[in-house]
Amino acid sequence: MTGTTGTATAINPFTIEVSEGELTDLRDRIRATRWPDREVDPSQGVRLETIQALAEYWENEYDWRSFEKRFAALPHFITKIDGVDVHFIHVRSENTGALPLIVTHGWPGSTVEQLKIIDPLTNPTANGAAAGDAFHLVIPSIPGHGFSAKPTETGWDPIRVARAWVVLMERLGYAEYVAQGGDWGNAVTEQMALLKPPGLLGIHTNMPATLSPEISRAVQIGDPAPDGLSEEEQTAYDVLVHFFATGIGYSQEMGNRPQTLYGIADSPVGLAAWMLDHDVASYELIVRAFAGNPGGLSRDDVLDNVTHYWLTNTGISSARLYWESKLAFFEAKGVELPVGVTVFPDELYPAPRSWAERAYPDLIHYNNDFEEGGHFAAWEQPEAFSKEVRDTFRALR
Amino acid sequence: MSEVRPFEVDIPDQPLDDLRRRIAATRLPPEELVDDSSQGVQLATTEALLSYWGVDYDLRRAQARLNAVPQFLTEIDGLDIHFIHVKSGHEGALPLIVTHGWPGSVIEMLEAIGPLTDPTAHGGAPEDAFDLVVPSLPGYGFSGQPTELGWDAGRVAGAWTELMDRLGYDRYVAPGGDVGAAVTDTLAILAPEGLAGIHLNFLRRPPPEIAAAVFGGAPAPEGLSEEEQSAFVPFARQFRRGYIAEQGQSPQTIGYALTDSPAGLAGWMLDHDTDAYEKISRAFVDGEPSGGLTRDSVLDNITLYWLTGTGASAARIYWEGQNAAAAGPAQTPPEVSLPVAFTVFPGEIFRAPRAWAETVYPNLTYFNEVDRGGHFAAWEEPLLFAAELRSAFRSLR
Repeated sequence: MTGTTGTATAINPFTIEVSEGELTDLRDRIRATRWPDREVDPSQGVRLETIQALAEYWENEYDWRSFEKRFAALPHFITKIDGVDVHFIHVRSENTGALPLIVTHGWPGSTVEQLKIIDPLTNPTANGAAAGDAFHLVIPSIPGHGFSAKPTETGWDPIRVARAWVVLMERLGYAEYVAQGGDWGNAVTEQMALLKPPGLLGIHTNMPATLSPEISRAVQIGDPAPDGLSEEEQTAYDVLVHFFATGIGYSQEMGNRPQTLYGIADSPVGLAAWMLDHDVASYELIVRAFAGNPGGLSRDDVLDNVTHYWLTNTGISSARLYWESKLAFFEAKGVELPVGVTVFPDELYPAPRSWAERAYPDLIHYNNDFEEGGHFAAWEQPEAFSKEVRDTFRALR
Repeated sequence: MSEVRPFEVDIPDQPLDDLRRRIAATRLPPEELVDDSSQGVQLATTEALLSYWGVDYDLRRAQARLNAVPQFLTEIDGLDIHFIHVKSGHEGALPLIVTHGWPGSVIEMLEAIGPLTDPTAHGGAPEDAFDLVVPSLPGYGFSGQPTELGWDAGRVAGAWTELMDRLGYDRYVAPGGDVGAAVTDTLAILAPEGLAGIHLNFLRRPPPEIAAAVFGGAPAPEGLSEEEQSAFVPFARQFRRGYIAEQGQSPQTIGYALTDSPAGLAGWMLDHDTDAYEKISRAFVDGEPSGGLTRDSVLDNITLYWLTGTGASAARIYWEGQNAAAAGPAQTPPEVSLPVAFTVFPGEIFRAPRAWAETVYPNLTYFNEVDRGGHFAAWEEPLLFAAELRSAFRSLR
């Protein structure tokens, strides 16, 4: 894995290099996995049956080289920003007047999440959309993730990442652009909007931060809901209370003690299990894939991403984003720029329109009318996701 | 069924060779970005531990130490319970069952066996003697791993009552810290006929308003004294640590990394509380052990977890605790009328104020603060721990 840089602001092509030795070592480690006994209850985390099916497929059938070939065929670049080499994919549309768009992944995601939306967004006419909906697409790896460098100093919180993204878009010569994200990608994208860089026209989020400070505090300590919530708001409230009571072990650990997770650097199965256990809905989607009944994510999708983390040894460096961030994750941040919101049904919480309207005074798009789709929206439902991005930004062209 | 069988540890060579091979093949993450332990277990500590574990440490040490004391197995409530049982040579010795915690084991108690059972050889009087029972919690060490739900502190306490009955003890006392404190507290609530009193070195069940804030994440109650405030802050901080949330919510998920990676297991076990971590870190990095927390004895405990493959099963007791708490309405347990003794070790997670201990245990017969030792009191300061138990239980003989 190399990237060469010339002058301080140079943008250099980046080539992925993974040696045969690294792949052999990975397979050897998977084969040698020492397993715990089966869980006593299915709610105790990633089930043994699922992770053993994953390991079996990973060791014997999964083909990283096949993914690598497709991945490496994309235009990869690296450029130094704020002292850190930032890796990004940059695909320009052939349509004139395409709108530049920077899309930010989350955790446990990576640029691998965004691959299925590249063609629909940059080449709309081949994907049932109009030429006027085209985007130039920039998909960076957050520092500490994927092929971006791992910071060697503290301070790379979502605010600093947002500043780096503004520099990146300037460096690419984009005078006007839009930004998109979910999960940490939303945190970064909202921070970009708060910076109000002259070129940023608006943002789209598939995991909006809409909670009032009161609601944000109450759901975290499991208080009863305040009076006067609508049915939709009550549902969101209950989902959040459940999430904070049962689904945040990984974020507590990464937020407080990321370095302690030596096991996810040393054990492929340890890493895979840690990454699978993000949220119940996407976990169940992955369980289905390894049980032979895939929905929006295939076995290969999941392992492309996990293997990408393994080969870059970024389990812990990516976890540090949780440690760095001091932001209240779901709390409204006061974004004044135009915002489009898409709520997929299996997202961590179903943000009600009323909360979105209060969080984003310039809400230019809201849609929660979907049959399926969850936390990894671009990865799971690339067509619906691409349509949402087009619909949101049409008004800003 | 109720037979008590002698037990000896007998580890074949193969798992030891495998452990050595895995330690040598450890893939480490990049170094933490801070010059203290605020991101978790430091790389230098982990490297020093691995290098000692894989090269200088005698992997049969834990086995030899355990086999130097009389060990037994007996089936209780469907599960094999492993325990050490040392009868004092002195007449009228008081039977005592001491319960370890997480990430501990019976290894914590080994150096306290002599002082407790043979006081005259350790600066005590013959009438200070105890007959000692040191069980391994279900899912820990050489006890069986439960394959059904329900092994929370209450069920363990019930099993301990049966164990003492089976050993023919009709009057006994019980001390404990950490998870052992939860078990011992529950034992006192159950108040089996033979139990004469308990000793605690951790206040696992603080007054209700403190418990609500610490465990529920609410702000500190108003009107705390300075002493209470300085106990509340570190207590609440400890319960925001990731290991509690992760083991409580997804023990199986972290269990994969703990079972497959020696470094992963060691890192996870070292990161219990700040005081113990700093002491263990100094033992490995600076060669300056604190009391009984020597490199060898720390590795005895970790090696015991590794060889028994109990990373996941040990973590499940946190899940059981949270599951029990979530299932039942919060209710005040019946008042403990048995005599309760408490010792504050200064390095403990928080120094329990006497007022808190008196609120929870109206029949507080002994309260003392000593000048050294921390969370692993018996392990760190076995003589002092034994002296405290002698003083605590003298009035109950």
